Amino acid sequence: MDVRKTHLYEEHQKLGAKLMAYSGWEMPIEYAGIKEEHNAVREKAGLFDVSHMGEVKVTGKDAEKFVQYLVTNDAKSLKEGKIFYAMMCYENGGIVDDLLVYKYNDEDFLLVINAANVEKDFDWMKSVKEKGNYDINLVNISGEISEVALQGPKAEKILQKIADKDLKEIKFFEFFPEININGIKCIVSRSGYTGEDGFEIYTENENIASIWRKILEVGEEEGVQPIGLGARDTLRFEANLPLYGNELSKDITPIEAGYNFAVKLDGDDFSGRDSLVKQKEEGLKRKIVGFELLDRGIPRHEYPVVNEAGEEIGFVTTGYKSITLGKSIGLAMVDIEYAKLDTEIYIQIRKKQAKAKVIKRSFLKKNYK
Amino acid sequence: MKVMDNLYYTKDHEWLKIEGKIGYVGIADYAQDQLGSIVFVELPEEDDEIEAGEAFGAIESVKAATDIYAPVDGTVVECNYDLEDEPELINEDCYENWIIKIKIDDESQKDDLMNADEYKEYLETLDEEE
Repeated sequence: MDVRKTHLYEEHQKLGAKLMAYSGWEMPIEYAGIKEEHNAVREKAGLFDVSHMGEVKVTGKDAEKFVQYLVTNDAKSLKEGKIFYAMMCYENGGIVDDLLVYKYNDEDFLLVINAANVEKDFDWMKSVKEKGNYDINLVNISGEISEVALQGPKAEKILQKIADKDLKEIKFFEFFPEININGIKCIVSRSGYTGEDGFEIYTENENIASIWRKILEVGEEEGVQPIGLGARDTLRFEANLPLYGNELSKDITPIEAGYNFAVKLDGDDFSGRDSLVKQKEEGLKRKIVGFELLDRGIPRHEYPVVNEAGEEIGFVTTGYKSITLGKSIGLAMVDIEYAKLDTEIYIQIRKKQAKAKVIKRSFLKKNYK
Repeated sequence: MKVMDNLYYTKDHEWLKIEGKIGYVGIADYAQDQLGSIVFVELPEEDDEIEAGEAFGAIESVKAATDIYAPVDGTVVECNYDLEDEPELINEDCYENWIIKIKIDDESQKDDLMNADEYKEYLETLDEEE
C-alpha cells in the first residue's frame, strides 16, 4: 500500500518530527517527546496535524433522515451549528466506525470519520443510501480537506489572535461553518480528542500549511507546541475517549464499549438498533471497565485479563502509565461478573500476572468550555 | 549516536561490559533514543539464569514495551533497582546506568558480539535502511 503524506509533511520534517506510517499515512509520532507534548496540551496548548481524518458531505432533501438511520445518535434533535458524537453500526450491532456529525441544516451535514476506515465507511454509507433509497448526495471530500486541531487551556487565546469571529460564541461541540483564520476561509468547531478545551480547524489542502505555521508563531508566547500521534493517544485515553481498533470494533457493540450517551435507543430506528435493544434487554455478557494496576507494570493493548485462578476473562483495550496521573491505568473488556467497581482482576504482563482493581473510567476531569 | 569503546554490542542494541567473570548489561544509545522517554523497567530476579538471545526483562516507553535480551549466558547477581523508581536514568546516561550485573558462564561468547567499531558499522547500515 502506498503511504500518503499530508500537506503538512514538510512542516513536520522541518520541526524534526519522528515520522511513522499510521493508517496508510506518514504521520508525526512525536516531536519533543510524548511526555513533554502531553503536558503541553494539559497545561498550555498543542497543535495536531489530523489531516488524515476523512470527511464526507451529505446534502439533499433526505439528508437528515439518512443520517438518522446511519448513526446511533439522534440527528433530529441535533440543532443547526452543532455537532454530536455517534457511531455507525452493522445490523448485528458491531461498530463500523465512530464519527462526528456536523449539522449545517436539515439538508446539509458533514461527517468526520477515521483515516483507517474511510473507504470501508464510505462503502457502508453508500449501501445504506441505496437500501433506504434516500434522496441525497453523498460525497467523500477527504482528499480535498486538511485538518488541524489546537487543544489545551490556551487554545482559545491563541486562535482568537487570527480569527475574525469571537470564539466565545461557540461552546463545546458547536461550530462556525465559515470563519476566517489568518484570512483563510475555514470550518472551525470547538471540539477535540484530548479532554481539554480546543478547536478543530478544517480548510482546503493548499491553505493548511500557512495556518499551521501561523498558529505556532502567534501561540509561541502561550507555549504552543506541535503534538504527535503518540501524545494524541495518551491524551484521549486519559479522557476516556475511545479509539477504533481498541475500544471499538466490528466485534464490539457501543453498549459493551459503554458509550451509551451516543446511542439513542428510544429514538427513531437506526442500523443496528434492534440488536442493541435486544442486547440491553438480555443483559450484557461483557463490558469495558476502567482499572488501576496495583502491582508494578504497564498494561498494554491486547494483554489478556485473567482472574485469580488464572482463567482468561477479557483483554486490555488500552493501557498506559498515565502521564497526568503518574499511575498505571487501563481500559479492559471483561466478563460481566468482573465488571463491578473494586473487583480484583489480573493483567497478564509477559510472564507475570499483575494485580489490578476495577475503577471508574472517568480517570480525569474534562476541561471543556 | 554515542558508542562506547571497550563494550560489546548485540544486534538488538544491548551492551555488555566485561570485568573478569562479571558482566554488566545495559542498552545502547540507539535503543534509548528509539524508545524515547522510558517509564518502566522490568528486572529479573537475582539468581535467575539467563541465556544468550533470550529476554530477561523489559523496557517500556510511554508508547510500547520492548524486551531486553541477554548478550551471553550467565546468572544474574545483581539488578539495578534504582531503575525501578527512576527508569529515566537510562535516557540520561544509558552507559552509566547498567540494568543487570551477571556472572558470565563462558567468556568466549563475547566473540559472537560486536565490538565498538563493528557496532558503529552496523548502525550505519540501519541508517541506510531508513
